[in-house]
Amino acid sequence: MTQLGWAELQFGVTTVFHYFFVPVTIGLSFLIAVLETIYLRTKNKVYRDLAKFWGHLFLINFAVGVVTGLLQEFQFGLDWATFSKFVGDVFGAPLAVEALAAFFLESSFIGAWAFGWDRLSPRAHALTIWLVAFGTSLSAFWILTANSWMQEPVGYVIHNGNAVMTSFGDVLTNPQLWVEFPHTELAALLTGSFFMLAISAYQILRKKNVEAFVRSFKLSTVVAAVVSVLVIVVGDSQAAHLVKAQPMKLAAAEALWNTSPQHAPWSVVAVINAKDHRDPFQVQIPEMLTLLAYKRLSGSVEGINQVQQQMVHRYGPGNYIPPVAITFYSFRTMVFAGTAMLALAYYALYLFKKNRFLQKKWFLRVLTWSIALPYIANSAGWIMTEVGRQPWVVYGVQLTEQGVSPTASVPALDIELSLLAFTIFYGAMAYAAVHLWKKAIANGLDPDPDVSEGPGAPRDLFLDGGHGVAH
Amino acid sequence: MWLRELWFVLVGVLFTGYFILDGFDYGVGILHPFINHTDLERRASLSSIAPVWAANEVWLVAAGGALFAAFPDWYATMFSGFYLALTLILLGLIVRGVGIEYRSQDKNPQWRAVWDWLIFSGSLVITLIWGMAFSNLIRGVPINRHMIYVGNFGTLFNAFSLWGGVTFILLFIVQSAGYLSIKGDAFSRKAGRAVEARMAWPAAAAMFLWFLWMDRLPASAGHIGGWTLVLQAAAVLSLLLARLAMYLTKAKLSFFFNSLSVSAMTVSLFTVLFPRVMVSSLNPAWNLTINNASATLYTLQIMSVTAVILLPIILGYQTWIYWTFRKPVNDKELEY
Ligand code: HDD
Ligand code: HEM
Ligand code: HEM
Repeated sequence: MTQLGWAELQFGVTTVFHYFFVPVTIGLSFLIAVLETIYLRTKNKVYRDLAKFWGHLFLINFAVGVVTGLLQEFQFGLDWATFSKFVGDVFGAPLAVEALAAFFLESSFIGAWAFGWDRLSPRAHALTIWLVAFGTSLSAFWILTANSWMQEPVGYVIHNGNAVMTSFGDVLTNPQLWVEFPHTELAALLTGSFFMLAISAYQILRKKNVEAFVRSFKLSTVVAAVVSVLVIVVGDSQAAHLVKAQPMKLAAAEALWNTSPQHAPWSVVAVINAKDHRDPFQVQIPEMLTLLAYKRLSGSVEGINQVQQQMVHRYGPGNYIPPVAITFYSFRTMVFAGTAMLALAYYALYLFKKNRFLQKKWFLRVLTWSIALPYIANSAGWIMTEVGRQPWVVYGVQLTEQGVSPTASVPALDIELSLLAFTIFYGAMAYAAVHLWKKAIANGLDPDPDVSEGPGAPRDLFLDGGHGVAH
Repeated sequence: MWLRELWFVLVGVLFTGYFILDGFDYGVGILHPFINHTDLERRASLSSIAPVWAANEVWLVAAGGALFAAFPDWYATMFSGFYLALTLILLGLIVRGVGIEYRSQDKNPQWRAVWDWLIFSGSLVITLIWGMAFSNLIRGVPINRHMIYVGNFGTLFNAFSLWGGVTFILLFIVQSAGYLSIKGDAFSRKAGRAVEARMAWPAAAAMFLWFLWMDRLPASAGHIGGWTLVLQAAAVLSLLLARLAMYLTKAKLSFFFNSLSVSAMTVSLFTVLFPRVMVSSLNPAWNLTINNASATLYTLQIMSVTAVILLPIILGYQTWIYWTFRKPVNDKELEY
């Protein structure tokens, strides 16, 4: 593989990994804030215990989110130095604002929240978690401002070979941002509520603190039911926006090689032959693609071959077609996972209303496993967004291959070594997080004996390999 | 235009905040396995930084963001040039941060020993490499006419940069000793005082030598003005004053002088550099400076407005949090 290939792999791996943790942080902090506010209103201790329980899971998640974010912040300079120089004037500003406005807020107040149960008044304590929740969403907004600019560059000119910002206002009112941010924010809320729903279902199933977990079951079901609809509505408008903004990405997401007739069908599955530009086998729903793209019953969607021709005309010779199968299937994966969550949320709501969910063991089991769905949808969504934009790193402005760090500074070997190290370390961190989650979930609302029992290790294994030194 | 100067100063401010705050975090990470032998003591030490480590680290994130936005070429050349060194810093940050949160959540002794080891080595590596990185920025690294770093990982290892790394380690140990002597549990407060008493001298001596060396580097010729000398003297002197304050059992005053030393040192590094941001060892004409590495004035203006509004707010609530948690750790009520 080339240096460019390794750099792309590095970016994909580390970003997907960061994004395993981020949506839970955004979604769960909001739900915890709601639980704590209910406690503040009702003075019912159960809500305080619940806030603590979910807070504990949250903190395990947050630690990995933060440290993987550090790598995110620096990897543009590490692997994409030429890109960084080229876009720094526009792209750096939202990143800097994100750190100043959002990261300070969330990281400062999460510490105050975690350690402040006895030191802050109940009101001040509830305020800290609301500030955390606000901070996490604010950080999503600023990073997506940067990402949206790469999808749809606005408010800049090219000056001396670099992209130079001419209007911060345009960057902030980028139409791409105003579909991408709501979609991502809602997806994060859905992720948080499915996290809560799945684990609550599991606790109810094994009869652990059922009284309490029924309440978080209810909260997360209601939120999931509301949000799952909105995610799809906004996602739908995102696809419609692509018609104008990135017709190639949309065509690739549909594996639509040639411009469709006025009534375009939507492929549920397809076998894709990218070499010969055709799909030998498809299962289709009539009219659906036209509806998706235009919200009306007629309109043709441009095909890959046609957009390719236009782009050659505009940007000169080259291959402007992204990996079609990846774009197509990641889009399908996201949509199916979203639909499944919608169905589960409403069935759960229905059973809850009828008060029958405690008996439906099989359904609780399904809900427990559904914790995987938001993770799958989030990863697929980003893969579609990012892979579908290829070969551009900044759409229509800079090719990915032009953005990578110079090989003189960063030879392929360096990237391979660091990718290897990060993969091992990330694997270990994920293992540790899952281990602690399991322990905390097994404990339920009871105090954790490992933490409250005082000294855990009588022997000092760090310094003297087991011959304890006591004072 | 003065906006470039302003952003040079602001980057300096962010690094200063980072080194003061994470300085004691890393120092605690380095010290805890050595001064705390029982598990309870270690938990108490780590608890003293647990509420604040994440917020302290944001000073680094903000410095990174500010570099990217205000000096894109500096950001790009430094990070791609110091590739493997930065990878090590990042790996250190990853295991250390997660370690502080996870270590005490399982009482399996192996689990805790592994995390102790990771917290220790992560903190040590981060500190060492920051010292080396700043030394190399000042000493100069091979940068060609296209602002491309043409050295390799080995280039970063030289006697001067290693000495800088050692100085950073000693300084952060003293910084954390001062912190523990205020915030630690009863045992760590005592241990912190003992470490401060023993380590302040070597730290001051190492720093003194490092400055002497720095001032005589060919790359520094013409860049060691009166201000730099004052700051360098202040940095060394503050360490001695910190030691004196500890002798008079004024722990808070001692910590204040430690922090003053870290600040004076960090600021002095920036005054030596100014107006350069990265020195080319190949040709002075190829230096990166605040003029050829900066963003446009429009971007700097927007960033300035943001920073002027937000920095006081950040300082306000961070002060409030340190005030709220000003009580020392009590090993009877550990939450970590
Ligand atoms: C702030 C900007 C930003 C954000 C929020 C993301 N990315 Fe991205 N991504 C980039 C900025 C970027 C980039 C720096 O622009 C890259 C590097 C090369 C490229 O094509 O774009 C990139 C490339 C890139 C690639 C390599 C594509 C290829 O060349 O084949 C993958 C797989 C991803 N990203 C995946 C993701 C995922 C799963 C994300 C979800 C969190 C994500 N990106 C968020
Ligand atoms: C490549 C782009 C990204 C960069 C450079 C980046 C950078 C960072 C950094 C530096 C942190 C640590 C902050 C701290 O120390 O407190 C962080 C955490 C975080 N990031 Fe990212 N990030 C990226 C992608 C994303 C995306 C796509 C989102 C959301 C839509 C996001 C949302 C968050 C949130 C909510 C946190 C809080 C910490 C946590 O989740 O545990 N980030 N990110
Ligand atoms: C079924 C309905 C859905 C539709 C129609 C939809 C549509 C889209 C589209 C078109 C994009 C790409 C936008 C672009 O490239 O500019 C996207 C991205 C994304 N989707 Fe979805 N989506 C749906 C469900 C979901 C669900 C359920 C989740 C997660 C819980 C999710 C998470 C994401 C994420 C994280 C991204 C990348 C960020 C972004 O561009 O907003 N999506 N979605």
